[in-house]
Amino acid sequence: MHSTGYIIKFTVILTLISGLILSGMFYATEPAARKNEQVFAKRGILTAIEPYLDKPLSQFSDDEVLDLFHTQMDQFVVNTKGEVLKDLKADDISIEAEFKKPAEARRLPVYVYKSKEGPITILSVYGNGLWDKIWGYIALKPDYNTIAGAAFDHKGETPGLGAEIKDNPAFRKRFIGKKIFDDAGRLVSVHVKKKVTDPAHEVDGITGATLTSDGVSDMLVHGIGLYEAFLKNKLPKS
Amino acid sequence: MTTTKQKSKLFGPKERRLLIDPLNDNNPITVQILGICSALAVTSLVYKAVVMAVAVMFVIALSNLITALVRNYIPSQVRMIAQLVIIATLVTIVELTLKANNYAIYKELSVFIGLIITNCIVMGRLEAFAMSNSPWRSFLDGIGNSLGYGIILVIVGIVRELFGRGTLFAGSPIQLNIIGKSNESVQYLIDTSHGWMSWYTNNGLLALPVSSLFIIGIIVWIQRSYNRKLVDVS
Repeated sequence: MHSTGYIIKFTVILTLISGLILSGMFYATEPAARKNEQVFAKRGILTAIEPYLDKPLSQFSDDEVLDLFHTQMDQFVVNTKGEVLKDLKADDISIEAEFKKPAEARRLPVYVYKSKEGPITILSVYGNGLWDKIWGYIALKPDYNTIAGAAFDHKGETPGLGAEIKDNPAFRKRFIGKKIFDDAGRLVSVHVKKKVTDPAHEVDGITGATLTSDGVSDMLVHGIGLYEAFLKNKLPKS
Repeated sequence: MTTTKQKSKLFGPKERRLLIDPLNDNNPITVQILGICSALAVTSLVYKAVVMAVAVMFVIALSNLITALVRNYIPSQVRMIAQLVIIATLVTIVELTLKANNYAIYKELSVFIGLIITNCIVMGRLEAFAMSNSPWRSFLDGIGNSLGYGIILVIVGIVRELFGRGTLFAGSPIQLNIIGKSNESVQYLIDTSHGWMSWYTNNGLLALPVSSLFIIGIIVWIQRSYNRKLVDVS
């Protein structure tokens, strides 16, 4: 048996050694980890506009991704009234944190990619999947109506089923060319449906993942809806 | 004479058993049924299974070694907590390293790296072996057990990825597409699926974690039908 004094001494020394090693490790790896985190998020955004990039996204190096955001991407933040908020960059906004606020108080990040065909506007959406949060990026063509591309990600959807929203490139491609405004100029957004009846505004869901598909649908209706005022300001006045 | 004696002492038949036993007779997954949770969760892709196996090997081997080095100083009243501190420190080192060097796989493995702390194999080896054996033998025991764990993980991963997705090593630099239709947005090192193998339709069940239970069950069955020592005759 060891004395209580010895036990206390042992635990204190063990904890100190472990703490020292870990804090040293943390400071050594933190810059690289933070850069990785940023690049990972930015690759997610770029997935939505992959067809407009010079080469496939997987061939972009980390530095090229960051560089592209510096040189070919504008970013700003709007509120739900469509006003641009000063001194804020889209990178500073955590859409997860904004999602917890009441809808009218949310700040909405906007990225604009300067493509050869004109500005491509990228909106961020966030919502609930079947098991956990899902989020995505919707890229709009210069007419602010036609979808140029979409990208989704999720926290914990079922692999092979709900996770297909991210893993299956065919699902992303289904969104391209859909319109978010109807002929009368009302924002109808895009719906994910089991049976597509209105091909201009509806996208075929994922078999076996109805609840995740419904989540994507709700996220798009709600998420794009928040940008309504901003988008209407941009539309050509008729 | 002395050199051969020392050599056999460093790596004699007993030490060999430490490495080989956990591969078959005393496999942590199929015989002791430990570490099942992570075997279900991280085996959807072979690449993930390999990274997990390497991470577990690092943690078990080093925590065994460290525990064996300080085993005579650990007060028995707090030995579990001391072991846990050692394991947790090593796991956090793995986590930080992955986060800084391979963020994509860090994201994929997510909580399961952190959960190595609670992997029963690690603590089981510390309690059962490292607390009463020399550092060198404890280290070998750790390598052996993590190999036994890793082998099952990789076998399950190969079955699940090949028949669930038609690929092998997807996500790693050497991804291959073997059967079924290929994903056009990915560049494969070898793609044999356009020819006669394209008839295969991926089995979605194998992409789900439950399928690992069936596969591990089948592995246990095959192993026991070959290795009569494991069969419980009572």
